[in-house]
Amino acid sequence: MEKENITAKDRIKSVLTKVWKAIVGFLYKYRYFWKKLGIAVLTLAFSTIVIFFIIRLIPGDIVREYALSLASSRNIPYDEAYRLAVSLLNYDPEESIFLQFFRYVGGLFRGELGVSLYNEDITANLLIKQRLPWTLFISSVSLLISFLLGTWLGSLMARKRNGAADTAISSYIVVSGSIPDYLMGLLLVLIFAYTWKIFPSQGNYDAFYSEPGWNFKFFYDVLRHAFLPVAAYVFVQTGTWTLMMRGSSIGVLGEDYISAAKARGLSERTITRKYLKRNAMLPLVTSLAVSFAALFGGSPLMESIFNYPGIGLELSARIGLKDYFVVQGIMFFTSSMVILVNLITDSIYSLIDPRVRKE
Amino acid sequence: MENAKVKEFFTSLKRAACEAGRSVADFFKKVFQNKKAATGFCILMLFVLMAIFGPLIFPYDPTVDYENRYAPFSWQHIFGTDNLGRDVFRQLVAGSGSVLTIALLTGVFTVFIGVFLGILSGYAGGVVDKVIQGVTNIVLTIPSFPVMLVLAAIFTIEDPFTFALVLSAWSWAGLCRAVRAQVMSLRERDFIQICKVMKMSRTHIIVKELMPNIASYILINFIMTMRSAITGSVGIMMLGLAAYDPTNWGSMLSNAQAQGLVNPKVIPVLLVPLVTIIIFQAGAILFSNGLDEILNPRLRIG
Repeated sequence: MEKENITAKDRIKSVLTKVWKAIVGFLYKYRYFWKKLGIAVLTLAFSTIVIFFIIRLIPGDIVREYALSLASSRNIPYDEAYRLAVSLLNYDPEESIFLQFFRYVGGLFRGELGVSLYNEDITANLLIKQRLPWTLFISSVSLLISFLLGTWLGSLMARKRNGAADTAISSYIVVSGSIPDYLMGLLLVLIFAYTWKIFPSQGNYDAFYSEPGWNFKFFYDVLRHAFLPVAAYVFVQTGTWTLMMRGSSIGVLGEDYISAAKARGLSERTITRKYLKRNAMLPLVTSLAVSFAALFGGSPLMESIFNYPGIGLELSARIGLKDYFVVQGIMFFTSSMVILVNLITDSIYSLIDPRVRKE
Repeated sequence: MENAKVKEFFTSLKRAACEAGRSVADFFKKVFQNKKAATGFCILMLFVLMAIFGPLIFPYDPTVDYENRYAPFSWQHIFGTDNLGRDVFRQLVAGSGSVLTIALLTGVFTVFIGVFLGILSGYAGGVVDKVIQGVTNIVLTIPSFPVMLVLAAIFTIEDPFTFALVLSAWSWAGLCRAVRAQVMSLRERDFIQICKVMKMSRTHIIVKELMPNIASYILINFIMTMRSAITGSVGIMMLGLAAYDPTNWGSMLSNAQAQGLVNPKVIPVLLVPLVTIIIFQAGAILFSNGLDEILNPRLRIG
């Protein structure tokens, strides 16, 4: 009887140790990932704090300012306006900043990024849901086009150094680098929307022309409106990708396997496609991911030039309105996206390339 | 006795000045041998001359002249006049000083913070490194332009100094990281190790051994920071968050844009500052690319 008991205990013990070892082994195997995850969570926590307190530094008492504007617009005495402002604003001036902070963090855990000061129906979640697709649409399309175009031009430049194509492309790189993207947008609007009147100058679609939905007319309208911003982005961004791809390709061209492929008599097209481009593009993928993460913040200037209802335009407008809760919500969302995308790229990269894990 | 000392001091000073002069002359000789660097340098110098002497030759008169609204290009008004009849070219000249000051100060602040933290983090290592890298990570994660907008709202921008602080407060992180990487690789090299073995002081190693090796990198970054400072400052001005100087190129742009681009007469008023900014940026890029070719020998082979 006692013996059996002991064996049962032993069995449980052995199972437990096995499970324990499996957990430890699992943790140990991915220890670099856990470390990265920890750092990411820590960075996110600190950036939340930084964002919260930076926004609180904006001077001026919002309740007072809102009360003043109410008093002048409704023609009522200031005291009454102040009381009205307190009741209208979604903000308690008596609440201490630390209490506000904890309430904000509590909301984050529930997935609520923040409610507008001026209107309880407007939340950061809602704004992100409405505005982000437009931003992501134009910016990811242009990122993709400029990446493909840039890698093509870059490998062309690396293969034909000191040729006519090289000179042409390198002067293009200088020109594209000299024009800030929003000024390029302004130039394109000037030429194509106001002088030639081929493309619309602003907005995401024309409500008089088409109705949102899955119809061809709407798609055509959206594409027509997106053309100019996308063209401006592509013109400016392609240069950077070309330059990066050129550097990377020159490195790859010096490798032995390229010489070996040449010695084997493979055609130049095959070498470019199968050996050069694939290997030279690998280091660029990280930059692509980083650029993609940056898209989640939108581009306030570009979107304001085209009056495109993206997240960047909304954010800059809300900063102007001092809509604290919405601003911090959107900024939190953007930085968490940056952290998340970086974490994913890092992890994938360390899975692909074991050398990275050692660092 | 004292006379001799003074004499000695002056001769050594003279020698140092000669040496510095020679190295500067050497540098310029190299710059003018490189076509890109020479072009870029000339463009930048033109802007500097315009900022310093321009306002003396072409003083700007901000009085409104309704008779001469939207005047075309002429000898009297080289680039025409704007919606209130003010000379566009003279506005451009008057604004160049403020634009360049903002760019220069931003470059100085950004490079100072970035290089200081980068060297500290790369050379000290340990906890200092971890803390600085943590801060850098946070700065890199939070999108910079919204932060600039918030900072512009916090410090009401009324002078180039504040503007430069706002612009550089969130843009040093990339440079800091790059400098750290360079310092970390240099630290393991033989000449630094020898200095350490010889028990040379830390200041000596950093100032005399490390700095010259990253000087070219810093110089190039300084120019590129100036360039992006102009992009950023013009952007902030176009959003109307720093409307303190009506002749600044950014204000000129936003002013022209506010007139409505539908009016074809506005187009030259808008295009003039826009093209000026592009030329300045092109000059900065050419100069820094040329410098990169001169100062980084490994690129010359490629």
